[in-house]
Amino acid sequence: MDKFLLDIFGSELIKDLIIPVPLFAFVIVFALYAVLAERKVSAFMQNRPGPNRAGGRTGILQPIVDAIKLLQKEMVLPERADKWLYWMAPFVVFTGTLLGFAIIPFSSIYVGVDLNIGLFYFFAITSISVVGMLIGGWSSNNKYSLYGSMRSVAQIVSYEIPTALAALNIVMLAGTLSMQKFCELQAGGIQNWFIFGGPGGLSKVILIPFLVIAALILFISTLAEANRTPFDLVEADSEIVAGVHLEYAGMQMVMFLFAEYAQMFAVSGIVVTLFLGGWQSPFGNAIPVLNTPWMQFAWFIGKGLFFVFVQIWLRWTLPRLRVDQLMQLCWKYLIPIALVCVFAVGLYLVL
Amino acid sequence: MKVYFKNIYLAISSILIGMSITFRHMFQKKVTIQYPEQKLQLPERERNRLFVNMDDCIGCDQCAKACPVSCIDIETIKAVPGDIVGKTGTTSQGKKKALFVPKFTIDFAKCCYCQLCVFPCPTECIYMTDVFEFSTFTRSDLLYEFTDMTPEMAVEKKKKIEEYAIELAKKKETAAAAAKKPVEKKPEETQKPATDIEKET
Repeated sequence: MDKFLLDIFGSELIKDLIIPVPLFAFVIVFALYAVLAERKVSAFMQNRPGPNRAGGRTGILQPIVDAIKLLQKEMVLPERADKWLYWMAPFVVFTGTLLGFAIIPFSSIYVGVDLNIGLFYFFAITSISVVGMLIGGWSSNNKYSLYGSMRSVAQIVSYEIPTALAALNIVMLAGTLSMQKFCELQAGGIQNWFIFGGPGGLSKVILIPFLVIAALILFISTLAEANRTPFDLVEADSEIVAGVHLEYAGMQMVMFLFAEYAQMFAVSGIVVTLFLGGWQSPFGNAIPVLNTPWMQFAWFIGKGLFFVFVQIWLRWTLPRLRVDQLMQLCWKYLIPIALVCVFAVGLYLVL
Repeated sequence: MKVYFKNIYLAISSILIGMSITFRHMFQKKVTIQYPEQKLQLPERERNRLFVNMDDCIGCDQCAKACPVSCIDIETIKAVPGDIVGKTGTTSQGKKKALFVPKFTIDFAKCCYCQLCVFPCPTECIYMTDVFEFSTFTRSDLLYEFTDMTPEMAVEKKKKIEEYAIELAKKKETAAAAAKKPVEKKPEETQKPATDIEKET
């Protein structure tokens, strides 16, 4: 893709400007329709039909209607709020999330930037949104917002550790941090995915239980990083109204929402890339038609959307954790187990 | 250590149970009733908006007296002997109507839908309908007028009874020597033409 665009335009600058456009479009469309999906799935799980007025029974136009409504809304500045920080916070949150998309490998021909430290970059850059949350909570001059942002920081910082540890298993196995390399290594069908031990001899079978557990840990802890239920203490409508979002209205609120839904797909993308073969077709090259660069888009987005669905599904199944339970889960369960997995994988690699 | 692994097992198993329940619900039949298009069958003795059948109303004011919130407002004019009240002068059960009802309003902003006005009605002309969607933008729109008489008609009937009263007073003056009670005389006079009408019909 890079080379192709470079050939057409003959300029590095124009190529660099065009590369993020589909990414940005994808994030916006995904965020809009993820809201609809969330509402539809939650409705179905509660035996309701969900939004079914705008655009027929499916409510397919609902996101557009919502967006128009929200765009018309006044941007409210609370009295005695810190004006500059208050306006800045949603953009910081959204930027942090959007930057994370840069390294998500959608296909063998399309990735924002194929950094050789891609995974590391992702964990680093998504932490920026924590700063945005803290800014938003602090500058709103509202105690509930502040509580929400404090919780957010505590939660995301502690859950970085199991996330990194679970990802470390794959980093050790693959010996790289580049997202494209992860995908390329998992070529050759479903048995070569890292959740099933990656490519290798028969001895990889002993790794499977550890890697399945690592995949679960990665999913759970990224769920917490995306502030989704059961880890949505940041918003916790019943306890602290809406947390950081409390004072925001209209477009600012939309930025926070977009960031949340974009983050959902980003973390799903990470789980998919690390454990489920990224853009690789589960049939490998046995059916070449299913492994063309354009089909790879479908595989990657399909796998990502499946995890987004699981996230929504979990949200409408589980109640919210308490703060102490949240910390207990992280420090007493996820981190020790992730360490055991890292130890096992390390031992396997040494021997 | 045993507790630790038991906790993990409990957490995972309970999450899976919960998820299977929610997943099953996704494919079940929807229970929502799409209200303006679909409506529930109302119960048999539902109490909604009142309706007054003015053909049967005799203007007895009993419903207004029974109303605990005074939302019914009735004005009546006595009929002159020989004047036909309404279309036939009688109710559908053949009861004679002796009063014109130029004003019969029910303020549904006040009405508490207690149905207490329905039972005292001697002709069963006030009753509950199944209409419950009558929200309006202004409160004055909830003041419902039931009478079929125009204000001009009311003025005319009022004039008539006033003239009749003057006539009656004149008669009284002439019969002052006889010193009879006018109060007793009056009901006899109003009853007579009514019986005539009944015979005619």
